[in-house]
Amino acid sequence: MPWSKITETSLEPASDGDDARGRILSYPEAIREALAQSLAIDPAVFVMGQGVDDPSGMFGATRGLHETFGADRVFDTPLAETALTGVAVGAALGGMRPVYFHNRPDFLYLAMDQLANHAAKWHYMFGGAACVPLVLWACTGRGWGSGAQHSQAVQGLFFQIPGLKLVMPSTCYDAKGLLIAAIKDDNPVLILDHRFNFRNRGYVPEEMYAVPLGRAAVRREGRDVTVVAASHLVMDALRAAEEFAAQGVSVEVVDPRTLRPLDEETILNSVAKTGRLVVADTGWRSGGVAAEICALAAERCFDALKAPPRRVAGPDLPTPAGCTLEEAYYIGKNEIVAAVRGVLKQK
Amino acid sequence: MSTSSDCAPASPAPSRDVLRGLLETMLFIRLFEEKIVAVYPDQDMKCPVHLCIGQEAVAAGVIAHLRPGDYLTSTHRNHGHCLAKGVDPGILLAEFFGRASGCCRGKGGSMHPMSPEHGILGTSAIVGGGIPHGVGHALAAFLRGQDAISAVFFGDGASEEGSFHESLNFAALKGLPVVFVCENNHYATNSPLGARQPNPDVHRRAQGYGIPAERLDGNDVEAVYAAAGRAAAHARAGLGPYFLECVTYRWKGHVGPDCDYEKGCRPKDELFDWMERCPVKRFQSRIEDAGIMDAAGTQAMIAAISARLDAAVAWARGEKYPDAAEAVLGVYAPAEV
Ligand SMILES: Cc1ncc(C[n+]2csc(CCOP(=O)(O)OP(=O)(O)O)c2C)c(N)n1
Ligand SMILES: [Mg+2]
Repeated sequence: MPWSKITETSLEPASDGDDARGRILSYPEAIREALAQSLAIDPAVFVMGQGVDDPSGMFGATRGLHETFGADRVFDTPLAETALTGVAVGAALGGMRPVYFHNRPDFLYLAMDQLANHAAKWHYMFGGAACVPLVLWACTGRGWGSGAQHSQAVQGLFFQIPGLKLVMPSTCYDAKGLLIAAIKDDNPVLILDHRFNFRNRGYVPEEMYAVPLGRAAVRREGRDVTVVAASHLVMDALRAAEEFAAQGVSVEVVDPRTLRPLDEETILNSVAKTGRLVVADTGWRSGGVAAEICALAAERCFDALKAPPRRVAGPDLPTPAGCTLEEAYYIGKNEIVAAVRGVLKQK
Repeated sequence: MSTSSDCAPASPAPSRDVLRGLLETMLFIRLFEEKIVAVYPDQDMKCPVHLCIGQEAVAAGVIAHLRPGDYLTSTHRNHGHCLAKGVDPGILLAEFFGRASGCCRGKGGSMHPMSPEHGILGTSAIVGGGIPHGVGHALAAFLRGQDAISAVFFGDGASEEGSFHESLNFAALKGLPVVFVCENNHYATNSPLGARQPNPDVHRRAQGYGIPAERLDGNDVEAVYAAAGRAAAHARAGLGPYFLECVTYRWKGHVGPDCDYEKGCRPKDELFDWMERCPVKRFQSRIEDAGIMDAAGTQAMIAAISARLDAAVAWARGEKYPDAAEAVLGVYAPAEV
């Protein structure tokens, strides 16, 4: 099997940005390289999605792949997210490794039946006799009035589903390594990416490597407060930590990278050390990812907590479109700073 | 029945062996379902059962054209399809009885049979949910350069789902080797077709996507066999998908072993009219009248099937239940390929 040769490397940068160790790629280039290498080593891999072969090529992530690998293996789809997800499931059951791209996660709701009722349940429901090695990739947009149906952070909904793996990368290194790990994995994996990440440039080794699913990265070590943040909020958390460092407060930043399976151990070890937890998540606040991680800490390391854990999450609202309302809607560094102050105040 | 299509030329008449095989398959399905009716009151088959009594000719006639390497996708009403493709009745029954030696180790029940060695890669009980899977199997075969075809069975109700239309569109667009088989039994649970669709000719939807389509008497196994021969040849020749609307009728209620006309679910006369057109009895007489088998021969066939099914029931009931600890296992496939 071609995939057994793909190593899990430890050449992992703490965060993105210029790195002395070597080659720097842009975020879409990192994704594109993961796809090109996967298509090259395994004929079972194919790439589908609306616009994967158009000139913009999924913000650059799939650009030109159809020219190298042919129109059979990299193809545009009809506007039929429900059945096309089912077609991908059926192809995966037939021995293929499809990678299905959506430029917005909002459209995944049309695929919900095939994801939740089918792909995620198939391995269990058939007593292990089948598996669905399928990757779905979708990218949240934000700003410029995208509004309620083109900028949702949907991870909370998919986070609930047993049998689905859920990945939210933040660095160029991870964008490549997590995608390779997802394609290599025998389970359905949903990668929820973010357009803000696409501005990143960072260290990306040329070799093919996998970042193991279910392992968090400690992006910055600290003693006083743990901030768990995923996707582009990792950058906001690191900026917040920088500000606190100037004030003599030491913030640890944990990037879970994979929400399901969740690296509970790394999060709990960090909270046990700092005694304070802030969880930042772009999704809706109620019943969301941040709520679950706070519950985890409350249940499993209550004695270590010096203050109640806090959520920094999206408000329970559809995204407004107008620029002033949008500004009020989104969370970022300032909200993380306020929450860290909050948990520090409580004794 | 009306046929409207650009069909391939008629294939040669089926041999006597084929005809005997069709009868045997239909009897096998009928007797399997009747065994379930017989054991169900014992209350140890603790799962819903969707019986296909009355619809046997569709499974028998279509699946006779499938090869071991071909794919088959079914629905909640799947017993006949699985048996016709060759799945062992004991493995199915063990699953229905919740046993560890069932085809899903007791995790699937009657609505979710699977048998990879027969090209059945899992069964969905979400109406319309399996249709795109069958198209995906065909896509996999196409990308790998395999010459397998994919037969996709579903009901008239499923033809209302968006996934049906999206799947037909994609299969036609890519010219995939799919044989779509709609078993139009006139009902979706208790709702008659006329209450759900403005145009009762389901196959015309397929023609709208440029897919050759036929409507035929689904209770006439020879008609089904002939049409499915055209469909399979079309798909195997790389000419793209083909669509069969087989008009038929289910005898039992939507779910469970009872008839439902007593509850007012449908007119009694309608059911009795269709029972007059029993696909099994009709073909059995045809075979006996044509001298292909005599009455003693068909009775011996029935006795042999019945004995096999009795043994399968006894075996399945004797099998172990899965360990309760297994409930938490197998949510994820092992990560390593
Ligand atoms: C998406 C969905 N809606 C509703 C149901 C409930 N349901 C189960 S079977 C069925 C009827 C299906 O009718 P048809 O497709 O004609 O198949 P038949 O039962 O007649 O074989 C319904 C409505 C379901 N399982 N899935
Ligand atoms: Mg029906």
